[in-house]
Amino acid sequence: MDNQQPTVSIAAVFGATLRRDLTIAYRRRGDFVNPLIFFLMVCSLFPMGVGPDPKQLAQLAPGILWVVALLACLLSSDNLFRSDYDDGSLEQMLLSPVSLYIQVLAKAMSYWLLTGFPLALIAPLLGLLLHLPATGMLALVVSMGLGTVSLSLIGAIGAALTVGLRKGGLLISLIVLPLYIPVLIFGVSAVQRAVDGLSYAGPLAVLGAFLALALTLAPLAIAASVRISVDN
Amino acid sequence: MWQFFHKLGSPRWFYEISGRWLPWLALLTAALLLTGAVWGLAYAPPDFKQGNSFRIIYFHVPASAVSMACYMVMAMAGAVSLIWRMKLAEVVMKCCAPIGASITFIALVSGAIWGKPTWGTWWVWDARITSVLVLFFLYLGVLALYEAFDNKEAAGKACAVLSLVGCVNIPIIYWSVEWWYSLHQPATIKFTEQSSMHPDMLQPLLVMIAGFYCFFAVALLLYTRSEILFRERNTKWVRALVEKSVG
Repeated sequence: MDNQQPTVSIAAVFGATLRRDLTIAYRRRGDFVNPLIFFLMVCSLFPMGVGPDPKQLAQLAPGILWVVALLACLLSSDNLFRSDYDDGSLEQMLLSPVSLYIQVLAKAMSYWLLTGFPLALIAPLLGLLLHLPATGMLALVVSMGLGTVSLSLIGAIGAALTVGLRKGGLLISLIVLPLYIPVLIFGVSAVQRAVDGLSYAGPLAVLGAFLALALTLAPLAIAASVRISVDN
Repeated sequence: MWQFFHKLGSPRWFYEISGRWLPWLALLTAALLLTGAVWGLAYAPPDFKQGNSFRIIYFHVPASAVSMACYMVMAMAGAVSLIWRMKLAEVVMKCCAPIGASITFIALVSGAIWGKPTWGTWWVWDARITSVLVLFFLYLGVLALYEAFDNKEAAGKACAVLSLVGCVNIPIIYWSVEWWYSLHQPATIKFTEQSSMHPDMLQPLLVMIAGFYCFFAVALLLYTRSEILFRERNTKWVRALVEKSVG
């Protein structure tokens, strides 16, 4: 009777999951802007903390922008599986005959489209606030565009591991932050090199390598973690 | 070989066999650490640039080596527990985390103490120091995750996944010396070419490294044995053991 079961292509599963998550996000538009507001607010705290000197701010800007973007990704990743876990959809995903790998990959991608991607797009605006030299803007957008996909996938591992726990929020930072460090290092160095007038292709290539690694391996870890959390 | 593998899955068998190994291993550890410490701290010649302060190398380098090896053991045990559902591997993985965290802490602190007379500062943000710090964070993450679960079976599985994910970080730690320009001196022990350290200084260091590895093995066995007793506390053989020891 298995032969009677309609076969679903990988692309269809990916598309359906992606569309579902984006639709849900569209119906709760408030959640979508929160990481962006967080990004804006924390970035504007820095001039108040270290002083308004444009030169000093320009020097710190690549690091500040990357660290704050990373925190924005981190804090929002807690919600990635939460509502699906609470209403039982996560269990249905496990029970469905299609691969969990593709489903969690689609969820992580929709999450990236809703947080990492907009963060990368508004980063130049905040770069202006922090007096980041214009030569660094393109590198900032490209490195963040590449880097935040890896951040989303890594964050999804942490979210999947902690979704069954009531005190997930702080724990997820402890788990995920050390794993974010390589992305942070190369992301900042790409922007820094661009500001210094050097070629930033090297750090971008490394970020791309991280992305390839995260895209292929992270869904395995996310799927395994989802199974553990649902079984728990 | 398969029979050995099956036996290894049985906590009781492991408890009995490790009980037989333990005294010998502990003796070997004490001998190595004592010889290495006395040799390195008292008899090895002082460094011509750093004087006697270099002697902390006899604790710093072994601790750093074991801190990484411990993570590998933890990740491998985690993989075994996920793939073959071996209970013992899960126990070993769980027990690696606190030991690894302590040894990494020793490596960081001894490095800081060594840095003060050598570089004139307690802390330098260089690639290798930073990556050991990250390793320390990874251990803390595993410990925190394990503590957060009420269901210890799920905790073991979750930590196994996390330690495998963190394993991606290990090659980065290892090669970071070559990746990033840094203040830290490049590795002094090379197996492929002539080591840049004088043999009189190197020999006690090798003894200390062997001693630290044995110490790690002893600590891991002790932790694992007590965890086995705790998990199997309701089984017949543990009860019999308790009755025997109480008399």
